[in-house]
Amino acid sequence: MAAVGSPAIAEASFVSRLVTRKTVMIGLLILVVVAALAILAPWIAPYSPSRLSVVNRLKPPSGIYWFGTDEFGRDVFSRTIYAGRLSLLVGASVVAFAAVFGVTLGLVAGFFRRLDTPIARIIDAMMAFPDILLAIALVAALGPSLVTVIVALGIVYTPRLARIVRASTLVIRELPYVEAARALGVPTWRIMSRHVLRNLVSPILVQGTFIFAYAMLAEAGLSFLGLGVSPEIPTWGTMIAAGRQYIGQADWMTLFPGIAIILSVLSLQMVGDGFRDLLDPRLRKDL
Amino acid sequence: MTGETLLSVQGLTKQFQTRNGTVKAVDGVSFDVKRGTIVGLVGESGSGKTTAGRCTLRLVEPNDGRIVFDGVDLRTLSEREMRAYRSRLQIIFQDPYSSLNPRLRVDQIIGEALDIHRPVRGSARRDRIAELLHRVGLNPDAARRYPHEFSGGQRQRIGIARALAVEPDFIVADEPVSALDVSVQAQVLNLIQDLQQDFGLTMLFIAHDLSVVEYLCDEVVVMYLGRVMERGPSREIYAMPRHPYTQALLSAAPLPDPAADRRRIVLKGDIPSPLDPPSGCVFRTRCRYAVEACAEIVPPLEDVGSNHHVACIRHGDPEVISQGLTL
Repeated sequence: MAAVGSPAIAEASFVSRLVTRKTVMIGLLILVVVAALAILAPWIAPYSPSRLSVVNRLKPPSGIYWFGTDEFGRDVFSRTIYAGRLSLLVGASVVAFAAVFGVTLGLVAGFFRRLDTPIARIIDAMMAFPDILLAIALVAALGPSLVTVIVALGIVYTPRLARIVRASTLVIRELPYVEAARALGVPTWRIMSRHVLRNLVSPILVQGTFIFAYAMLAEAGLSFLGLGVSPEIPTWGTMIAAGRQYIGQADWMTLFPGIAIILSVLSLQMVGDGFRDLLDPRLRKDL
Repeated sequence: MTGETLLSVQGLTKQFQTRNGTVKAVDGVSFDVKRGTIVGLVGESGSGKTTAGRCTLRLVEPNDGRIVFDGVDLRTLSEREMRAYRSRLQIIFQDPYSSLNPRLRVDQIIGEALDIHRPVRGSARRDRIAELLHRVGLNPDAARRYPHEFSGGQRQRIGIARALAVEPDFIVADEPVSALDVSVQAQVLNLIQDLQQDFGLTMLFIAHDLSVVEYLCDEVVVMYLGRVMERGPSREIYAMPRHPYTQALLSAAPLPDPAADRRRIVLKGDIPSPLDPPSGCVFRTRCRYAVEACAEIVPPLEDVGSNHHVACIRHGDPEVISQGLTL
């Protein structure tokens, strides 16, 4: 690397390094395909996701119905790619929600001793509830809708992230480089962002990919209980829930949305791992 | 330039509340640092020397006492006012590994110091960073690298460059070489000494190694369990230690001449728990000259001439004096 590089050069090498790594490339590729299928569903889907065809009930995968049909004769392929829109949206939104609130709460609790006890107690109290029970209670209280599901799951997963961020902040806050920053008179918010948060990127990324996966599955649970989005709108979760009854006769009903969930979570984790390593200067050499 | 007092610490006290009670980590510590000189703060682990150093920079808030820096009591300043003073008071850390943020490049680490107090931009900023790196004996291309790419000694140099970036008047060096390999210690010590002379720096040098302090410092403050046992000019203290604790410390320091004969004073037991320090003189439980009166009276720091102070009720006793002379 050049001794003196402009930020643009550093940026380019960051991207090029990201791309040269195999797992990251494969993960990125899968993620792009899954996301593109979901976004472009209206143009790609061979059938409408809600088109009923009683004659073609529970048909196995074939040239006409790539992923087979469900108990109402709806095309599973069309439904799977349509479902991706909502499932990915829920996953991403819940991660974003939990990241914003969880990281803020955890950072504040870990950094300011006075606020630690109240925030930590609330976090513990929320974590004492089983995830899905808390989500059910919240959705029941707020009324079922897409936004409610996102907010409810966001609230459920916020404490998980907050707890990890708080624990790491407590450690980092005491390190000499934070003390050095204070000795230099670096403003508190800047110490929190530049010295503490920067060193928390790895655990946040790892936990974020988990939350993404959990959120998609939890949304399925809520939808299954009738507390999610309305049943006509397919999500991977509702599709699996519906397919469960027919798993003996028509395993494709659960298989394909299941594969979709696995692929998106797996690809996300592959990309997440790559980002984590690239953001950590100590691991960069090994790439 | 020297002579005038730059930093005067008076009655510094810091207590920590723990589950088992209150610990007086620093208990009424007073010392002065004259401009352009280095004062050594020595003592074993748990003596409160590091806490005292942190307190003088208000990195740890003291409970009581005055920290008069260049005529201003730092404890009376608000957080905001203190921030303006930060550029004049800096610190070098013991651990060269945890004192540098692993996620920042060297130019970002040093640059942060510049940005806050001496903002320069573009090539001037790069030049300044290169100059600082050069000054501490590092190649300018170190700027684009990350801390983990350097050895302990090099990292300590980066830490020193960061402290120097804001052009401080006063630096607390908290055992800056004790975490380094012996072969590297001398290099870093020489660097610190050169910089001190070139920049006319005033320093508080915290150490537990008395030979390092003798080599570097103009004055020495000896601490034990949060209190000052003895303080005075290095030459005085090394030639004629008055306090039994200082005598014991000096007798334990290795001599360069293997044939030299010296009686070691072996201190019995460990340093007592700071939760429950001994009454009277805190050193009495390990002192070979302790008498009953030592448990009653907290010995005041008494002037024994030429700015040499001792906190021992028996400092004038011929037995104690003669022990000091044999070292």
